[in-house]
Amino acid sequence: MLQEESDLSLVIAQIVQKLKGSNLYAQLERQAWASLQRPEIKLESLKEDIKEFFKISGWEKKLQNAVYSELSVFPLPSHPAAPPEHLKEPLVYMRKAQGSWEKRILKSLNSMCTELSIPLARKRPVGEQKELLNKWNEMGTDEPDLSLFRPVYAPKDFLEVLINLRNPNYENGDSLSFRTHLGLIQVPLKVKDIPELKEFFVELGLTTGQLGIDDSTQVPPELFENEHVRIGQKVLAEQDSAAAQQYIRQGSPTALRAELWALILNISSQPEDILYYEQLKTNVIQHDLLVDSLIYKDVKLTASNDDYYFVFEDYLYQVLLCFSRDTSVLGHFAYNSASPPRSYIRGKLGLEEYAVFYPPNGVIPFHGFSMYVAPLCFLYHEPSKLYQIFREMYVRFFFRLHSISSHPSGIVSLCLLFETLLQTYLPQLFYHLREIGAQPLRISFKWMVRAFSGYLATDQLLLLWDRILGYNSLEILAVLAAAVFAFRAVNLMEVTSLAAAEAVLADLSTLKVMPLLQIFLFATVT
Amino acid sequence: MGPRHCPSPCPHHSKGSGSEWEEVTGRPSDVRIMAGKVKWVTDIEKSVLINNFEKRGWVQVTENEDWNFYWMTVQTIRNVFSVETGYRLSDDQIVNHFPNHYELTRKDLMVKNIKRYRKELEKEGSPLAEKDENGKYLYLDFVPVTYMLPADYNLFVEEFRKSPSSTWIMKPCGKAQGKGIFLINKLSQIKKWSRDSKTSSFVTQSTKEAYVISLYINNPLLIGGRKFDLRLYVLVSTYRPLRCYMYKLGFCRFCTVKYTPSTSELDNMFVHLTNVAIQKHGEDYNHIHGGKWTVNNLRLYLESTRGKEVTGKLFDEIHWIVVQSLKAVAVNASPSLTSSTANDRILKYNLINDTLNIAVPNGEIPDCKWNKSPPKEVLGNYEILSCAFLHRPGARMLMERGGYDEELAQGDGADRELRSRQGQSLGPRGGRSRDSGRTVLTTWK
Repeated sequence: MLQEESDLSLVIAQIVQKLKGSNLYAQLERQAWASLQRPEIKLESLKEDIKEFFKISGWEKKLQNAVYSELSVFPLPSHPAAPPEHLKEPLVYMRKAQGSWEKRILKSLNSMCTELSIPLARKRPVGEQKELLNKWNEMGTDEPDLSLFRPVYAPKDFLEVLINLRNPNYENGDSLSFRTHLGLIQVPLKVKDIPELKEFFVELGLTTGQLGIDDSTQVPPELFENEHVRIGQKVLAEQDSAAAQQYIRQGSPTALRAELWALILNISSQPEDILYYEQLKTNVIQHDLLVDSLIYKDVKLTASNDDYYFVFEDYLYQVLLCFSRDTSVLGHFAYNSASPPRSYIRGKLGLEEYAVFYPPNGVIPFHGFSMYVAPLCFLYHEPSKLYQIFREMYVRFFFRLHSISSHPSGIVSLCLLFETLLQTYLPQLFYHLREIGAQPLRISFKWMVRAFSGYLATDQLLLLWDRILGYNSLEILAVLAAAVFAFRAVNLMEVTSLAAAEAVLADLSTLKVMPLLQIFLFATVT
Repeated sequence: MGPRHCPSPCPHHSKGSGSEWEEVTGRPSDVRIMAGKVKWVTDIEKSVLINNFEKRGWVQVTENEDWNFYWMTVQTIRNVFSVETGYRLSDDQIVNHFPNHYELTRKDLMVKNIKRYRKELEKEGSPLAEKDENGKYLYLDFVPVTYMLPADYNLFVEEFRKSPSSTWIMKPCGKAQGKGIFLINKLSQIKKWSRDSKTSSFVTQSTKEAYVISLYINNPLLIGGRKFDLRLYVLVSTYRPLRCYMYKLGFCRFCTVKYTPSTSELDNMFVHLTNVAIQKHGEDYNHIHGGKWTVNNLRLYLESTRGKEVTGKLFDEIHWIVVQSLKAVAVNASPSLTSSTANDRILKYNLINDTLNIAVPNGEIPDCKWNKSPPKEVLGNYEILSCAFLHRPGARMLMERGGYDEELAQGDGADRELRSRQGQSLGPRGGRSRDSGRTVLTTWK
């Protein structure tokens, strides 16, 4: 009991500490001072009266949402004496692996830099600045020569690293047993099995209404949809983050989605936020970064060719170029196993005073990175709002998809979860694919790294991402990947090569996500 | 689509089938199998058509032979239905256009028809033709101010002078694919259409091409900063009673360049015109997706960013415009069957497939006495646009009730039409007030 209490007070202390530096704190203070004018605030009962005022005016709700947001994002410290690295990643071997992977990426970036004789960063001449400002809204029409640039890495490179991960303290034994994991991931992380998943995703069960299933044209809307929409509107009126997160587990109505996501992510477009975005834009205009070309190339190769997202090409530049320069993103490295790459001012290699993070936000984009932003363009068309939403999605979820960690939503756990589900519940399929040299993870990895963006139809993708937000977890990506294999099992059993297996799974654009998930979790005999 | 020569609406006879005919003439029974196959002809060599015919096991014949189904080019249609060279179709023949399709495709005729339709409704005192206090039609205001040139040149000039800073768009009446379209904002740019223009002396009046000029809408809805238009497919199986279907899988075509109303870009067709034929030659044209979105994408985007009601209203109004335009007039010319991307080919193949399923149900030999009310299962991706019942704003309400009401309503509506027809003389085409049905009046306002 005592331990729990002291844990709780530790958490409270930490959250208070964090919020004290926030804009919300300043606003609350101002509001408190202003409330002294009000007749109902009496000196004798000052504290209670101000609290009451906050409750009625909705400020308490805002504070609640902020606290809830902190709880969702920051992992609880396991022990007051735990060093900061443990917050990033408790397992040493994982930290080491992430460290060497980062070194490789940086080396690759630096050598590209040297080969092409392009500086990592340079200040733009005034003429160039003017030009860029003029075409800020249509950077897509620019056609710089990007042929010499290559993406720093692609998902399959990252997969190779994960395949070679080993826990030095874990002895597998040479003999095969029923416990032997037949997949590519060979680290002993704990992942949920189907009974545990059923409990975790209980709201996706057969007896609960779902958007993505119970709103199809054959179902009369009185049965579920109308009521669900009504509740959604109520949740929005209450402006309650926690309620919104619970609500969205059953999916969000399209008209409410933009607001619901903003509420869950605790994003409200204040003037300061718009100003901040404009400042980032100014940074982009004034300085050119090498990563800009990488971003440019990525957008041209992926989003521009996508049936749904090509329209938003210009928004993607506006978001991603600013993102690279946003130093507030550095804050997420406190709980990300990754660390921002460091670079040194020319000629001052090794001197700490001249060390900078490169890029300024510490995130080096890889092939397909822009696909994290693209679906959001369907919801937000105001650049600073779109930017804020993306940034928050990144620091809450997407970063876990390309860093090596033991977190249950980290990509390593997702891969392991996927493989375990397949091996346990579709052993014949798994064995067959393995025999023909088509390890399932080799196909599904790219889906999970991109959170299925670019593979599913947009409306389906948004329904999937609703659940990511609702459950504050990426595990659903692994479950969906397994469900897709289960769905196409019959065809997959007949293929005899990796290429043929890829072909069977090449087109996911007709899939309906929620029925697949529901059947896999709740309607398959296990 | 429909057989051309039935002058009055085909009453609801039961389907005539090939077998009746065979019994009467006493043909041997094994010919029954052959006789059951539809014989088709086409003068358009497009795989989306031919594959659909072949997969139904239909038999290809030449146009001189006994054919049931002829998918014709516009030119051939003109010949078939022309006064000099035309011929009469028989009861078991179907073609893919109504005889007066050009009433919809020629821009000047379309404008004339709509203007005339509106006036007729007004004369009858139909509530559809109601106007607001500024004299604007409440329900029929879906064409911007338009004039025919050179015929209405003076009227146009008068209107132009009222707001001299506005932009106008010139479109040749008989062309398609964006050919010959340009924007103007100065009278001097269209001097040669002036009736008594001196410069037209070397171009005689009769060879001066007819144009329509409309007020340009320079605040279009933009997505990703780009202008787009909608390509929707509508199938009309009969005109009286009006039975039309809209294909659910229409698409939007985007401009490759960001939209700007600035006058310096008036000449840049890539900004203003969305036709694929023009956009294809732009530098940024992408051959993988061809600058297109499905209508479902559009719907998702609009619902997400603007809300469900506004989006629903938009689509209702689109349906409304389609139905009213059809009522005002007759038929359309060929949609482009050229597919520019792989997705496009699939779309058009499925479109023709669904079209044939509705027009020639069960692959039976056409018969002009057909009911022409296909069961729901064959609709495929078409949805019924009932004319008789699709009145806004009530229509939205009706459609929300499970979406089945349309069919029922259509059944009722058609009956009501027949009843009203029997009671009244056939008025000028299109203008008949099916609107005198009681339900209509109560759903307005």
